[in-house]
Amino acid sequence: MRIPFTYSLRNLWARRLTTALTTGGLALVVFVFATVLMLEQGLRSTLVATGAFDNVLVIRRSAGTEVQSGVDRAQAGVVASQPEIALGSDGKPLLSKELLVLISLPKRSSGSSSNVVIRGAGERGLLMRPQIHIVEGRNYHAGSSEIVVGRSIRERFEGTAIGETLRFGLRDWTVVGVFDAGGSGFESEIWGDADQMIQAFRRTMFSSIVMRLNDPAAFDTLKLRLESDPRLTLEAKREKIFYEEQSEVLARFIRYLGITLSVIFSVGAVIGAMITMYASVAARTAEIGTLRALGFQRSSILSAFLTEAMLLGVVGGAVGVALASSMQFFTVSTVNWQSFSELAFSFDLTPGIVAAAMAFAVGMGLMGGVLPAAQASRMKIVDALRAH
Amino acid sequence: MLLKLVLRNALRHRLRTALTMLGIFVAILAFGLLSTVIDAWYSGANTASSSRLVTRSAVSLAFPLPTTYREKLRQVDGVTGVAGANWFGGVYINPKNFFPQFAVDPLPYFALYPEYRMPEAQFREFLLDRKGAVVGRKLADTYGWKVGDVVPLRGTIYAGNWDFVIHAIYDGRDSKVDTSQFFFHWDYLNETVKKIFPRRANTAGVFVLGIADAERAAEISQAIDAQFRNSLAETLTETEKAFQLGFVAMVETLVVAIRVVSYLVIFIIMAVMANTMAMSARERLSEFATLKALGFQPWIVGSLIVGESLAIALIGGFLGVLATFPVAANFSALVGSLFPVFEVSRETIAMQFASAAVVGLVAALIPSVRAARVQIAAGLRAVA
Repeated sequence: MRIPFTYSLRNLWARRLTTALTTGGLALVVFVFATVLMLEQGLRSTLVATGAFDNVLVIRRSAGTEVQSGVDRAQAGVVASQPEIALGSDGKPLLSKELLVLISLPKRSSGSSSNVVIRGAGERGLLMRPQIHIVEGRNYHAGSSEIVVGRSIRERFEGTAIGETLRFGLRDWTVVGVFDAGGSGFESEIWGDADQMIQAFRRTMFSSIVMRLNDPAAFDTLKLRLESDPRLTLEAKREKIFYEEQSEVLARFIRYLGITLSVIFSVGAVIGAMITMYASVAARTAEIGTLRALGFQRSSILSAFLTEAMLLGVVGGAVGVALASSMQFFTVSTVNWQSFSELAFSFDLTPGIVAAAMAFAVGMGLMGGVLPAAQASRMKIVDALRAH
Repeated sequence: MLLKLVLRNALRHRLRTALTMLGIFVAILAFGLLSTVIDAWYSGANTASSSRLVTRSAVSLAFPLPTTYREKLRQVDGVTGVAGANWFGGVYINPKNFFPQFAVDPLPYFALYPEYRMPEAQFREFLLDRKGAVVGRKLADTYGWKVGDVVPLRGTIYAGNWDFVIHAIYDGRDSKVDTSQFFFHWDYLNETVKKIFPRRANTAGVFVLGIADAERAAEISQAIDAQFRNSLAETLTETEKAFQLGFVAMVETLVVAIRVVSYLVIFIIMAVMANTMAMSARERLSEFATLKALGFQPWIVGSLIVGESLAIALIGGFLGVLATFPVAANFSALVGSLFPVFEVSRETIAMQFASAAVVGLVAALIPSVRAARVQIAAGLRAVA
């Protein structure tokens, strides 16, 4: 026969202070655990959303990032003449030769400077990134010293409101618009005309070339042809894959750090649950004896106490996840080590993270409850009844 | 008498006390490690000399300065030495093996950094070989390099495969000096760059300047930046410390997060500890009532709980502090050159003890008040 579920539930309620403290400890651990996973997820989804699957990005071989890459005009010409490039409605190829530079700008919040990506794009650069929409002001005119800024740049850096000017490359650049990029990495960039920028920065090379494929499946043939062409020292990647790789180091760091911390903290929380459950068993020795005398099996006692421990975990987990979900309102910005530039991203709560956090919480509760529950189930009826 | 009672009480539930101590131990250990990680982040800034300035491009670090600036900088009043340095950013076998590599003007650079110490003979060997390199002790230990070894690097900023011969291994003047760096001849870099990317030749990423009088740092910085204003490469000059702090500021969010989390662990353990003390106090209500009936003052009854809580917290905390040293040493060996300096500071130890004491006191707060206020008649009747 099974001991009713309410028995376990009411036991927790009977010792409210202890229950609250124990679940509080569990909740904090779950909070840290869930927050870290959310952060990692947020970073990944920001950068994954940046690239499009049928766009191809060409950079210098082994450059790793666009900032370190260089593609000279002769090479760019060879790349632009490939037959796999899709044509736009005006019959011109969908291709953008881009220049990426980093400049340091002062932040609004602290006044300290951080690196910001300036992207000089070709005429079709914006067209090829359908997630980008101008939300304030207008787009820049080709051939002028005008720039548009990403939404999170507008929020975080000084001198980036419409009508203000930024000085770099010996010129003043007027901000004429703010764009939204659907939460992707482009929101942390400033865009302008590539030809103007290449002159201002006195460069001779583009950083990268982005092009749209007319057939997504044609990627492998294009890649093979570009990379085996002896005139070129370039490599081609799908834009999506490229940005995914950009998130790797930081995401991995966040993940390892977070999991290490969660594991260390969980030791504390498990100990808390264990202390609570031991006390709960000790205080009810006579009760356990009575239950056993009434004919409840050892296994029923075991499962009743395990249920109680699990409930601690469930409550702690629910509170922790609820706390963590409030983090979704915050945005984090930090320098991505791979691209060496500032990137804004938010905490992203997915069903998978909720499930993982709850499983983690229940697991901690169970780990804390196993030994005390085993002790309770092993009690001899006579001894237990004699307690008190 | 009081002390004896406190210790006896603590030992009544051996398992519970042991578990609580274990919890405190882990929490204090984790707190110590996290603080040390934060310290490690700031180590570059803390060891920066106030008599060194760094001049870089005002646009950003990704823009180099022409080497013609070297002579102009040397002529600025108050500047005693100028050394150019370029970030090389090469990959050793696998991108995971990260360590900083700089191409430097060897003579002026090492004159500016007297804290890098190496045998005179080794340094001379290094000067004679254009492909030579000087590496830090920690870096050499991480990869098992010896003098005479050839180290291949794959360039990311400067494409190509580069081979370097280690001629010298430097030690730090003290344990706070970063010995995980890799230096080689700027000339070697420049000669090769001239051949493959002629436009990028004759540039330096930063210039490190030595100044005679640290008091004049601000004035000299301004004079330098004014000299290059409105040129093709405007400069930004700051003290080495400000330069290093700029890097920390980039990952400020992460530093703040780690700091918040390190306090969170203290909160978690406080909840666990408060729980233990609340339970102990509840079980002993009848004893406390008895003590009061015998005429003991409420504060003595209350201090029994406080004493027990403090004793458990401090013993657990002490063990945690002791364990921090070997764990930090292991961690440092594990992450290798990621954190060049990884040392448990005195402030960290003080903070660890302070947090253990705070946890002990706060955890005992409610239970001890409860114990002190217990009504004799009600307490005597209470059941655990």
